[in-house]
Amino acid sequence: MMVLLKQRWDALLESAWLVPLLLVIGFGLAFAIPEYHLLSVYIQLILMYIGINIILATSLNLVNGYMGEFSLAHAGFMAVGAYTSVLLTMKVFPVADFPFLFPCAVLIGGLVAALLGMIVAIPSFKVRGDYLAIITLAFLMIVKSMIENIDAIGGPRGMSGIMKLTTLPWVFFWATTLLWMIRNFIYSKYGRGVLAIREDEIASDLMSVNTQQVKFFAFMLSSFCAGIAGALFAHLLQFISPRIFDITKSTDILIMVYLGGIASIGGSILGATIFTVLLEILRPSTMAALLSWLPPFIFTPLNDYVISHLGIWRMVIMPLILILVMLYWPRGIMGLREFRGFIPRRDKQVHPHNFLHEATNNDNSDRQ
Amino acid sequence: MNKNTNLQLEVCNLEVHYDGIQALHGVSFTINKGEIVTLIGANGAGKSSILRAISGITPFNGDIIFEGQNLKSVPAHAIVGLGIAHVPEGRGVFGNLTVKENLQLATWQRKDKEAINSDYEHIFTLFPKLKLRARQLAGTLSGGEQQMLVVGRALMSRAQLLLLDEPSMGLAPKLVQDIFSIIQEINAAGTTVLLVEQNANMALRIATRAYVLEVGHVVLTGSGLDLLGNPRIKAAYLGT
Repeated sequence: MMVLLKQRWDALLESAWLVPLLLVIGFGLAFAIPEYHLLSVYIQLILMYIGINIILATSLNLVNGYMGEFSLAHAGFMAVGAYTSVLLTMKVFPVADFPFLFPCAVLIGGLVAALLGMIVAIPSFKVRGDYLAIITLAFLMIVKSMIENIDAIGGPRGMSGIMKLTTLPWVFFWATTLLWMIRNFIYSKYGRGVLAIREDEIASDLMSVNTQQVKFFAFMLSSFCAGIAGALFAHLLQFISPRIFDITKSTDILIMVYLGGIASIGGSILGATIFTVLLEILRPSTMAALLSWLPPFIFTPLNDYVISHLGIWRMVIMPLILILVMLYWPRGIMGLREFRGFIPRRDKQVHPHNFLHEATNNDNSDRQ
Repeated sequence: MNKNTNLQLEVCNLEVHYDGIQALHGVSFTINKGEIVTLIGANGAGKSSILRAISGITPFNGDIIFEGQNLKSVPAHAIVGLGIAHVPEGRGVFGNLTVKENLQLATWQRKDKEAINSDYEHIFTLFPKLKLRARQLAGTLSGGEQQMLVVGRALMSRAQLLLLDEPSMGLAPKLVQDIFSIIQEINAAGTTVLLVEQNANMALRIATRAYVLEVGHVVLTGSGLDLLGNPRIKAAYLGT
């Protein structure tokens, strides 16, 4: 009986229908949930944050995981996408009359971020590892202080009064579209180039891989996705300020990537979901609500001494998770493995199990 | 010199610097089509620097002319496209990719799908072991198999000139012989070979011509067999 179930399960995972079916169901739900109030507004909000974080984690994984570079600039691209789209929806586009202009604003936000991604790609031709991390950190600081010093976009006060245009269907649409793009990129010839760069850049050049072109495309696609995520984020939060897009935000995305596992789209989806849910649970109000079933003589001191301080402790707990994951679980949940449904048919035939397989021989290679 | 229609590669006054230290002091040599030319010399003589300059991963002064085209400021990936394949020292396999993917990477700029497929077959008949291991991660191969993979990978780019850097490094004597007979086979099929070797004895035996390098200068040149008999070479490199 168990064997039969297992066979059925494997057949289901193998089926070419699985991913399209999930997509259709997902789309249906994305429309139905807000329409018929199937879930509370709070849960809907979390779902939208999960979608945005999935875009962020997967796109950072392209650079940090698949390509093996180390970029800290992701929050900067987010900021660029957010500010560009907000300026468009608030000052340029009459979005209230023409709702279709919202996706255009989001798209333009992504394109402007992609342009900046090209600029960040250039130093990556020369340096990698720690040095590239420092350069991207500097880029993030430049973006932040530029926004802080332009008074027309609110300076350090930020911009408020943004219309709430991000809805669950839009998040679902952008998340699936961008994931599809990243997945196709990874399984294209450029994706193989990306993997080769992670392994050995000079050898890739000697193998006729145009490494500069590959890096250009990878950085552009990655920052494009970050820009779109930023635009969706801004129209969900309805308030943006330079402080939101600082190094803490980049760190959050790094945690999602490394928790989920490098070089894996499935991993990034899991990492982003777990991270977002964890972040919500660690909110004092949520935690208090979750633990309210405890008897008062336990709950009251717990609430007074622990739960009410969680807002600050989150800042400690999250980086701690990153350190622990990097030290003891460098592969994360799905590092170098992939959900079968994402792998194109022709690559499945080449590889009996995974795209990249379970690399058992050099476990340290991805810890550099 | 220009009358030589067989000329494939011409290196003139090649100079290479690494952070102010000069590794090559004006090296000049030529390679004709169909030859096996070997560069021998001690560690630090500049052999690998020559290969690195030819394949475009090290900047240089002087001229390198391949089939009439100056390679100066041609990027490395485009040089492969011109028909020069470099098998670097220490192999440079992509350990976390499969054998097939490693071969596939060498076809990155090629668009002739059918020819690529027949080239796979060609590589697999040349190295039957690679066919057995096609789906295996390249990092799990033995040293000899990895060496075969990188040679096969270089051939996948349809090279006219093959640059081999220490193909015998770290291999057992039997495997060294295998590799050398494969090099001869590849050469017989029409590929020119520029071979850098510590194992001067083996290299000189198969070489059409050889250049001896000492601290960045060409000090001696001649046919492989001439140099094998040269007392100075014997004393310095062959240890007899």
